[in-house]
Amino acid sequence: MTSPPSFSESRKERKEFLSSFFLSAKRRGDGLFKWVVIGGAAYTLCMLLLVVFSVVDGSLPILFYQGPGFFTGTGWNPVEGRESYGALPYVIGTLASSGIAMAIGVPISLGIAVFITEIAPAKVGTPVGFVIEILAAIPSIVYGLWALFVFRFWILDYIEAPLYDTLGQSIPFFGPGPFGLDIFTAGIVLAIMIIPIVSAISREVLRAVPNSQREAAYSLGATRWEAVWHFIFPYAKAGILGAAILGLGRAVGETMLVTMVIGNTVGLAAIPDGLFSPGQTLSSLIANEFNEAASPLHASALIGLGATLFILTMAINIGAQLLVSRMVKVAPGAKE
Amino acid sequence: MQPRQERKKMIQDAMVRTNARRRLADKLFTAVTVACIAAAMIPLGSILVEVVKNGAGAITAEFLTQPQGSIIAGDGGIGPAIQGTLLVVALASLIGIPVGVLAGIYLSEYARDSRFARAVRFLNNVMTGLPSIVIGIVGYVVLVLTIGSFNITAGAVALSIIMIPIIVGVTEETLKLVPNSVREAGHSLGIPKWKVTIFITLMAAKSGVLTGIVLAIARIAGETAPLIMTILGTSLFFQGFSGPVDALPLRIWRLASLPYEHAHSFGWGAALVLILIVLSLSIVLRFVVLRRKRGRVNVVKL
Repeated sequence: MTSPPSFSESRKERKEFLSSFFLSAKRRGDGLFKWVVIGGAAYTLCMLLLVVFSVVDGSLPILFYQGPGFFTGTGWNPVEGRESYGALPYVIGTLASSGIAMAIGVPISLGIAVFITEIAPAKVGTPVGFVIEILAAIPSIVYGLWALFVFRFWILDYIEAPLYDTLGQSIPFFGPGPFGLDIFTAGIVLAIMIIPIVSAISREVLRAVPNSQREAAYSLGATRWEAVWHFIFPYAKAGILGAAILGLGRAVGETMLVTMVIGNTVGLAAIPDGLFSPGQTLSSLIANEFNEAASPLHASALIGLGATLFILTMAINIGAQLLVSRMVKVAPGAKE
Repeated sequence: MQPRQERKKMIQDAMVRTNARRRLADKLFTAVTVACIAAAMIPLGSILVEVVKNGAGAITAEFLTQPQGSIIAGDGGIGPAIQGTLLVVALASLIGIPVGVLAGIYLSEYARDSRFARAVRFLNNVMTGLPSIVIGIVGYVVLVLTIGSFNITAGAVALSIIMIPIIVGVTEETLKLVPNSVREAGHSLGIPKWKVTIFITLMAAKSGVLTGIVLAIARIAGETAPLIMTILGTSLFFQGFSGPVDALPLRIWRLASLPYEHAHSFGWGAALVLILIVLSLSIVLRFVVLRRKRGRVNVVKL
């Protein structure tokens, strides 16, 4: 009663003003931040578009020069006036070395994943998993160095030479003579490289298998092997396949260590004619020749190889993503 | 009576035999998985032993700080490569870390399942699998050709493209693990959403986000392929943003392809330095940042 009405009014006003100020400031901050984070997300999309743009833009000259024959050609001649470029031998080399890597790496990775999730107690499994993760942290150039100066002699002496001596004469597949730097060596080193990633993902996939699956198996009196083979693997099939395909993606794209051990041949000679034949992959040829590209067309041909590699890995990765995400999406619902 | 007894005996014998076979198969299976572990450990052990054995001798103060001299005589060192690696990784982190963390925040806090978010998530996963040499093409076409010479900026941009998807994925995963009650507590105090996100949610997920960042840094520090197409490599120290620089992985590659003994021992030395940088990053992470178990995220990238 004593206080003048104006005071209460101004106080109310002030309050209103203040709260509206805070509210708007808050909204302004929120709106701004929202746009900042959307910007971050959009930037990542732009980067992918930029990758696509550069790959297409960079390979246009060679596509104009050679047409679609670039993808099926086998020539490789950067001499001006007589240029011919073809990607086919390197696609074959890429698939061959990755195929060897898959054949060796995937079973070993599965064994590791099974050991860690199904067999070993956590006290053993966790450190083993950690040590294998260290493998993933070693840069591929160091693998390459090791493979070039150490490992290739092991392969030459203990695997290739005996195999060639016993089988090489009768089965041309084990040809053309032990060499040490060839697609077989590249495949084995690639296998070592993909083991950490494939085993890590298979481990996750096996962990996503619901325990009821194991309980059912063991309650029927299954041994571990039977439980894994008849109850757990079938359940995790899609996820394991996805893990393997992701490993394939890695193997297909790996550059440096392949460059160092594959033997580096070009043109028709790069098409492997046996397990122990030197070859070349898409990425290793780029790495080898990029800095010595004789002409813009040569550089463009190398980028064209990159485009081929891009298409190859995109297809592999999208397939793997779909498989793995399906498996992992099923898992939480299936868990009790 | 007799045949029934016999039959029973026969079945029992058969069961014992089957069980023995099953047990043997199981033992064999366990042995095979252990052999798989060994198959993965042997190369790891051999790599570490060889790098230390062959590289330790090369490391001197001169080796770490001087530019390369006559490689036949074994003069000089890999100073420019160390400097270049640190520079190019720092520059890439400057671009990659903020963008990656922001995009991760967007995916987890703002648009959990919108179509745009799904597209970003999917394409990020795809980008993680892109070969790094393909990403190098971006640096070459967009920056090297425009600027007219191989340069550090192109290398940093290429490396940041490799880095971003890793950080985005891990940030999103970790933020999703933060319980909603933490966010609600912030909102109930009247704190605006952006502040809650940065100072409460992100801080709660700190260790996971840091893990992603360190993983990404470790990954790009060892990348070689995109650097071939962007920074070229040189035996000189940093000469400005439009000139070539050197990097450890590139130097290792060049040294390994030379036919001199000193080049090889330099290469091993550089590999030792690189491994020390990369492994110490992940070990520091594991034992310092992640000492508290809570908020730890599974860092496997699909």
